Amino acid sequence: MSDTSGSGDWHRRTLEHRGALFAVLSVAAIAVGSVVELVPMFTVDFEPEELEGISPYTPLEVAGRDIYVREGCYLCHSQWVRPFRSETVRYGEWSRGEEYAYDRPFQLGSRRIGPDLHRVGGKYNNAWHYEHMMDPRSTTPGSIMPTYPWLAEWKVDPADATASVTTLASLGHPYEASVLSDVPAAMRAQADEVVADLAASDITVEHDDEIVALIAYLQRLGRDGRAKIAAAEAAAGGEGSP
Amino acid sequence: MTTHPPDAAPAPAYDDDIVRHFFLATVLWGVVGMLVGVIIALQLAWWPANLGVPHLTFGRLRPLHTNAVIFAFAGNAVFTGIYYSMQRLMKARSHDLLSRIHFWGWQGIIVSAALTLPFGLTQSREYAELIWPIDLAITVVWVVFALNFFDMIRRRQVKHLYVAVWFYMSFVLTVAVLHIVNALAMPATLTRSFPIYSGMTDALVQWWYGHNAVAFFLTTPFLGLMYYFMPKAAERPVYSYRLSIIHFWALVFLYIWAGPHHLLYSGLPDWVQTVGSAFSIMLIAPSWGGMLNGLLTLRGAWDRLRSDPILKFLVVGISFYGMSTFEGPMMSIRAVNGLAHFTNWVVGHVHSGALGWNGMISFGMLYWLAPRLWTKVHNEGWVSLHFWMATVGIILYTVPMWAGGVTEGLMWRAFNEEGLLQYPNFVDIVARLAPFYWMRFVGGLLYLSGAVLMAFNFILTIRDAAGGSAPAPVAAK
Repeated sequence: MSDTSGSGDWHRRTLEHRGALFAVLSVAAIAVGSVVELVPMFTVDFEPEELEGISPYTPLEVAGRDIYVREGCYLCHSQWVRPFRSETVRYGEWSRGEEYAYDRPFQLGSRRIGPDLHRVGGKYNNAWHYEHMMDPRSTTPGSIMPTYPWLAEWKVDPADATASVTTLASLGHPYEASVLSDVPAAMRAQADEVVADLAASDITVEHDDEIVALIAYLQRLGRDGRAKIAAAEAAAGGEGSP
Repeated sequence: MTTHPPDAAPAPAYDDDIVRHFFLATVLWGVVGMLVGVIIALQLAWWPANLGVPHLTFGRLRPLHTNAVIFAFAGNAVFTGIYYSMQRLMKARSHDLLSRIHFWGWQGIIVSAALTLPFGLTQSREYAELIWPIDLAITVVWVVFALNFFDMIRRRQVKHLYVAVWFYMSFVLTVAVLHIVNALAMPATLTRSFPIYSGMTDALVQWWYGHNAVAFFLTTPFLGLMYYFMPKAAERPVYSYRLSIIHFWALVFLYIWAGPHHLLYSGLPDWVQTVGSAFSIMLIAPSWGGMLNGLLTLRGAWDRLRSDPILKFLVVGISFYGMSTFEGPMMSIRAVNGLAHFTNWVVGHVHSGALGWNGMISFGMLYWLAPRLWTKVHNEGWVSLHFWMATVGIILYTVPMWAGGVTEGLMWRAFNEEGLLQYPNFVDIVARLAPFYWMRFVGGLLYLSGAVLMAFNFILTIRDAAGGSAPAPVAAK
């Protein structure tokens, strides 16, 4: 800069000539909004009654969720029903904030190439999910979803799932000591139920097939919240509300 | 008042070798990132395009596409421009070793992204998918870059920090803050971790990061490039110094608040949603301040737009910046967001920014730099052809995405006379989008083809320079 003096240039002398000060102020400028928006969310916890009825994913569901994350399901499916009639009619109850209390990482998604999944738990039976993952067009003609045959071939690694569950426990997810002491056994118990249910539909899977864990996760989605909302509405109705 | 970037010192004082490195990496990763984009665009029009290979499914390739274009293409473009312009603006050579650690470290991170994301190794945080060991590597490389950057400022031979430097500085510092806060996680295995935040808090942190990756990785450094290369290419000083001060401080202060507009109608507290919307709408002012300052730099020289393809790239780039920073605030209004969110409209919006603003500014800068780093561009006609391929490509991309987005948004919410959903089967709506997906594929393919033409042109340019028969590099102005 050949010419940096002159009238009205006080800010050049005080700021644009001073690199360190400029750097500090530019960080201060972004710190304000960050602190105001983020810090309240860090410091305010849910009230205990808000979390009543909301429990962490079981070990098998955690393993299924790891698969959901791995395959990038969230890139086409949201888990976030908005409070619009068009969405509650299509999907079910709108999503409350506390329902995600044990979602790490969150899976709200940002795009609906396929439908929302937050209330998919219990909507279809296990066999439907199996057929759908093997060939989406067998259950949903016209679907553009890829086929996922490898989920019936690849196995859940018990050590890997144990690492996930114990890490979530270390972050505060409440698990029974008996579950933490033998995560594979807890997975096995739930997986056997899914295997038996699929067998009744003439579908043969092993308890440690990835598809079993993924189905367990999908069948869990949104159920705690839905049960809680239904209970609250029943209670309100019982008191004679309109 | 002088607002023109200062003139260069004699060439040998500067490390242009590192600029050449980043330049070539920009071209290479640009083509790769756009190619992956075209592949996943094809998959939405014709699902078997994943060939039944797990690693090539949409869910695994989309993060590779976004990371490649944001951090590999746009990132290397920014580093190219920063190493070229900072040395000249500061009249100080960058540190040779730090520059090379930065370059090879960054390329290593990109390669490790390409080797992990297709295997499903991801944190599932949009634009921050890379697993925790790579996050650590990013932190180290970023510190090296920051040391190199601030050391140039410390050793500078000029008193004044030119406008572009403010925007670069905000980029270096804010990206560091965003990356570290968003990446805080507890490792479970070498390739998997769980964030220290959960649920809506995790979503808020991620979208505070995600939106400000747009702000401080794809906006402020590109405004810095605009403030350096636009006056150089136009041979005119920046329109207004005062405007640049006002819009800089307003932009960095306001942008950081805008993240919650990604979570409207969610379980996030209402006040956070409202604040996010309000600040997003306010952002029109500083965004357009930057656009006007860039466009008006061409005042008195608009006739050169007819003949100079570099100016065409820059002016169209700045115009797309103006359009997408108008569209973004509109989409942050709750009622509009209710329709637009989750639809292809959002995809169209981000691509008018990425292809229109980041892409066109990068191309203009590369074409301006090539003769100064090697020799006269091999084929000037191809530069104009690339400009038209890119411009038409963007239109063929964004218009169908906008139309397809509004279509699906309206169909999702349509009720019939009996008060029932008019399209209760979601897949019926999906089927209606196929023509839009095909048009978008063609637009993307055209844009990619333009980039391939550019790469070919640069290969021949470098061969010309190596051949020695071509004229010597154009002296830096």
